[in-house]
Amino acid sequence: MTPKISARDISVFYGAKQAIDHVSIDVDQDNVLAFIGPSGCGKSTFLRTLNRMNDTVASARVTGEILLDGEDIYASGMDVVQLRARVGMVFQKPNPFPKSIYENVAYGPRIHGLATARADLDALVEQSLRRAGLWDEVKDRLSDSGTALSGGQQQRLCIARAIAVDPEVILMDEPCSALDPIATAKIEELIHELKGRYAIVIVTHNMQQAARVSQQTAFFHLGQLVEFGATSDIFTNPREERTRDYITGRYG
Amino acid sequence: MNKSRLPTDWTATAVQRRTRRRYAAERRFRLMGLAAVWLSAAFLAFLLASMVWEGLSGFRQTRIALPIDFAAAKLAVTPAQLHGRGADLALAGAGLENAVDGAATRAFGPGGADLISDGAWLVVRDAVKRDPALLRGRTTIAVPVASAIDVAAKHDGTPAAEAAVARLQARGLLTTSWSGGFLTAADSTDPTRVGIWGALKGSLLTMAVTIVLAFPIGVLAALYLEEYAPRNRWTDLIEVSINNLAAVPSIIFGLLGLAVFLGTFHLPRSAPLVGGLTLALMTMPVIVITGRNAIKAVPPSIRDAALAVGASPVQVVFDHVLPLALPGILTGTIIGMARALGETAPLLMIGMRAFIAAPPSRLTDPATVLPVQIFLWSDDIDRGFVEKTSAAIIVLLVVLLAMNGLAIYLRNRFETRW
Repeated sequence: MTPKISARDISVFYGAKQAIDHVSIDVDQDNVLAFIGPSGCGKSTFLRTLNRMNDTVASARVTGEILLDGEDIYASGMDVVQLRARVGMVFQKPNPFPKSIYENVAYGPRIHGLATARADLDALVEQSLRRAGLWDEVKDRLSDSGTALSGGQQQRLCIARAIAVDPEVILMDEPCSALDPIATAKIEELIHELKGRYAIVIVTHNMQQAARVSQQTAFFHLGQLVEFGATSDIFTNPREERTRDYITGRYG
Repeated sequence: MNKSRLPTDWTATAVQRRTRRRYAAERRFRLMGLAAVWLSAAFLAFLLASMVWEGLSGFRQTRIALPIDFAAAKLAVTPAQLHGRGADLALAGAGLENAVDGAATRAFGPGGADLISDGAWLVVRDAVKRDPALLRGRTTIAVPVASAIDVAAKHDGTPAAEAAVARLQARGLLTTSWSGGFLTAADSTDPTRVGIWGALKGSLLTMAVTIVLAFPIGVLAALYLEEYAPRNRWTDLIEVSINNLAAVPSIIFGLLGLAVFLGTFHLPRSAPLVGGLTLALMTMPVIVITGRNAIKAVPPSIRDAALAVGASPVQVVFDHVLPLALPGILTGTIIGMARALGETAPLLMIGMRAFIAAPPSRLTDPATVLPVQIFLWSDDIDRGFVEKTSAAIIVLLVVLLAMNGLAIYLRNRFETRW
């Protein structure tokens, strides 16, 4: 099976400092891929190369090749706006727009012209909120501010916002690190439900979470990809010394 | 391990003294703060009270009951001439002014014509136009008194004027009442006929030019510098220049306006257009600086969120950053506009201190503005201008308050929390 995203020999530099050192990795369509590793190991940086969010950092420079369905996303002909619609992202801290719940979800479809008629847009908003498991909680107050929701609800709203533009891949950058255990459990449940429909890449600090939600795991350390394989193998039978040390809690 | 030491004795006198001193310092600081607030509040109250006290009489006008016998004056004017546009000319040509002066002399004795305002006959003219039937008989019309009499009636005037006022008041001829004339007339050499409308309209036109230029240019510059410009030596230079520009004394902007707008582009002198251009130069840096701060205060997470759903940089700016920064930008704009509204020096340089007796109707008409008008009147030797100066200050303060009120309203309207 051809991978959804195929990263080849990726290095990322911030000015003179190298943050990612020749990493190659494949993202499968039907799997959840988890990036684990100690703080500052480059896993978030690598995640942000997959939808070119690093473009916003003036000093960042990426070398190598990332193919999305065989198409190089760093090629000069690639439209970043379309790329980010195809590869959505959910951030560490819930960041809903300071607008109504409805507007939060409707913004993406509107700017991409996915739904022009009001009824279509309504349906799309409902569908996205349902898929994000938030519909029943907010259906009566869609015009309330998105920032008035609880942290966990805000994060699911951000997931709904990402889903609404019908992406092929969803990148999640430590989506649960600002949430309590109950909200975290809901997000993890949601990831299970979204699996298969979207290719999902999740960065996490929490190794139990990686074990629970992912089928594949990549362990990063000091900008290098140390080990990449099936989650069950990584956690039960790591090949590398450093991986073993990390998952048994020796450092990190 | 540290050496064993005695437990702190929290009841020792040294400790208690320290506690007392801490409380005293706290109290002292709070009192000083309170005193500072009260002092500024007192200054403000004093300013407002003295302006209102001095200025309110500027909105009042002393009038004298003038009996006129139109039939005896035999004005050469036909009733048909009193309709339409030619009426003013017809009455002036018929010698109405002399007739009014003559009536004053007959009614108040020799020198009676000096008791009424130079503009008294205009009041009579308007009365006649309203009711042409007056021309056929005798009537009594309340006309404004001369400035010296007005001052003497309201405050204390020269001995001669005070004597005249006493004489007229004994006959029950003088009345003082609120008059809208001050708000509708323009400048004049006669303090009983001056009004603030000319200067107010000049100020409004000038401000309109200023905001139309300074706001969009300032906001666009702030957006570009904050959201698009690369950080390099050139943008640093621009930033330093803008900060310096905001600190340049306003008279320098006046000289710049004189040299560039009048000297090079030959725009009309004394015009609100040139005043607005000059003040826009002065206001723009303020808008750029406060705008940049407001834009900087928008959390980067909002930009990330918008970019991640595939918004283009322009969509990020106009859909998210600008709406969130708008309250701050508006606050800065109003601060800049309030400063521009109160500005005198640069406008003196471009000729907006001329005596303008007619309100401007176009941007290129000669005009003056409120603070310059206040400056001009405060300089006038005629005592009648003292209360007019204060009255003009009241108008200026009311306009400023209205602008600030609008700013607060807009800010609250656009304010969003995140």
